[in-house]
Amino acid sequence: MAGIINQTSKTTDGAQTSIVDGKQHILLLPAWLIIGVLLVIPVILMLVYSFLTQDFRGGVIWEFSLEAYDQFFFDRGLFGDEPPSIEWTYIGIFWRSFLQALFAMIFCFLIGFPTAYFIATRAPQSRSFWLFLVTIPYWVNLLIRTVSMKFLIRDNGPINTWLLSGGIIDEPISMINTNFAIQIGLFYSYLPFMVLPIYASIERYNFALSEAAADLYSSRWVTLFKIVIPSVKPGIIAGCILVFIPSLGAFLAPDLLGGAKNFMIGSLVEEQFKGQAGDWPFGAAVSMILLSIIMVILLFYARAQIRQNDGGH
Amino acid sequence: MRKFTTMLGAVALSMSFAQSAMAEKLTIYHWFEYIPQELLNKFTAETGIEVVMDTYDSNEALLANLKATGMGNYDVAVPGDYMVNIMRDEGMLDTFTPSELSNFSNIQDQWLNVSFDMGRQNSVPYQWGSTSFMVDREVYSGDIRTADIIFNPPAELKGKINILDTAGETLAFASLYMGIPQCSNDRSELKKLSAMLQEAKVNWASFNSDGAKDVLASGDAAAGMIWNGFGAKARAERASLEYSYPKEGYLVWADSVVLLKDAPNRDAALKFMDFLLEPENAAAVTNYARYTAGVKGVEEFLDAELVTSPENNPPADAPAGTFVEVCAPETQALYDAIWTQLKK
Repeated sequence: MAGIINQTSKTTDGAQTSIVDGKQHILLLPAWLIIGVLLVIPVILMLVYSFLTQDFRGGVIWEFSLEAYDQFFFDRGLFGDEPPSIEWTYIGIFWRSFLQALFAMIFCFLIGFPTAYFIATRAPQSRSFWLFLVTIPYWVNLLIRTVSMKFLIRDNGPINTWLLSGGIIDEPISMINTNFAIQIGLFYSYLPFMVLPIYASIERYNFALSEAAADLYSSRWVTLFKIVIPSVKPGIIAGCILVFIPSLGAFLAPDLLGGAKNFMIGSLVEEQFKGQAGDWPFGAAVSMILLSIIMVILLFYARAQIRQNDGGH
Repeated sequence: MRKFTTMLGAVALSMSFAQSAMAEKLTIYHWFEYIPQELLNKFTAETGIEVVMDTYDSNEALLANLKATGMGNYDVAVPGDYMVNIMRDEGMLDTFTPSELSNFSNIQDQWLNVSFDMGRQNSVPYQWGSTSFMVDREVYSGDIRTADIIFNPPAELKGKINILDTAGETLAFASLYMGIPQCSNDRSELKKLSAMLQEAKVNWASFNSDGAKDVLASGDAAAGMIWNGFGAKARAERASLEYSYPKEGYLVWADSVVLLKDAPNRDAALKFMDFLLEPENAAAVTNYARYTAGVKGVEEFLDAELVTSPENNPPADAPAGTFVEVCAPETQALYDAIWTQLKK
């Protein structure tokens, strides 16, 4: 790769050079096309649909309406004739999903950080082997992995059978259809999204800093919290975002492992489009509200980053 | 699981595209696990028409998908009784005349003039059956001829109950249990229904439709709502399961093969409907899905055990089954709200 770049740079063709130097935006064209067609247009479509009138049993009537947002925020009773009060149903569903995603993120970090640290501190030639091991389960489809997890933790599954036969427990531990099961599912689904970015950060970390800290009588814990973690923070934050956001919209784990007893944001939206309710504007509105919340969080994060960088210089 | 079935459909779709760019093609949209592959192969062998199948897991999912993707993609689908009405109202069905089907006279008399398709102008009968629940008799040996098992369960079954994750059938079943109309506008009735469900939910383990058989057969659930044929399959895997015909009433349904509007291959669709009205072929579906065919002369082709199976033969003193009703939009909104409250 380096050879090619050198060769091209030597040519006198200015345009060619600027492409290789990354100065021409034409290189981004494929990405922009894909984002534009597959992301921006669908999101705009959702935004428009969320302000339309619901057609009975799916579909929309092209008339402007705030009904969907009203339904989300205001409770007017089952028959719609009571004075409006705040609707806690959907806020509750959002809150549950956020908590669940937060816990998934924390568990992934607690396991993912030491794993990434371990891999990054192996001899360079064996690191790719360890990374390879981390990715092996992900060759299998997410659904298959989630169903296998269900088989594993059910009341008469291998884990309980083994514990029972070992005399460790007398009654099977009920794990299936609990929040614990959902957490296991999310954790298992998204762990590599935490490990890989943290690994990339730790790999670039200069371990001479740790040695310097040790020379200055810093304990291992102080070194970890004052030097290592601040240095690899971008990787940690990237990992947390990559785990948190998909966990927020996950519905495979809540459905299959959690027993689908309570709506999550993902299943609430699914029900609007696929279930009996057939309320497309409401489903679109829920998606737009979720999108807005995530954007606000990311904007705050970006601002904090910019401020920090400014302070650093 | 529903994603899985959709994906299987997608894979099948893409594979058959590759195979048969030239051959004549029939595209069907069908329930999961509802037709044996051998029967589709037989149809292809007899007619030379390739069959492509996508699957869905509820009548509502069928409707939602057809609404979202528009007509002209599928030739036939297999909605339940009330959904035939809804699809007709939505303008999704094409009509045919009896003379276009050479086996039209094979339709059983009781399924010829049905409320959802008088004289059969859009559909032919596929299979019919009931929706109720099963109980693992090793876990609970008391009386199971009551829907109390689901909505007010005995101690042995608490926390081990699976519910069908389909708002329409589950709410209708609950209404039968409470003895109130399915499309009620009465405030106190609806509030009672909602309160009863909230209380019952404490004892439920999961909501699952396409896994309804698996949770019972594996022992994850000791009682669960289920369709009778699916229940017969569950019993084949776990002999201690017993299907109940509760005294408060249970649901019956009749699935029909409908001719879809703008079918890409209307002729193939009619050939397929004719094919399914052959007693031997209708019996093949019944032997596979374990429900009951609406076609004359299937008896000689049926598995012997099906003729006497408890799931297909209600006891003499069981009440008659009830069809799911279609509510008016404003009433339906109330039931949607009750369902959301139940799962919030």
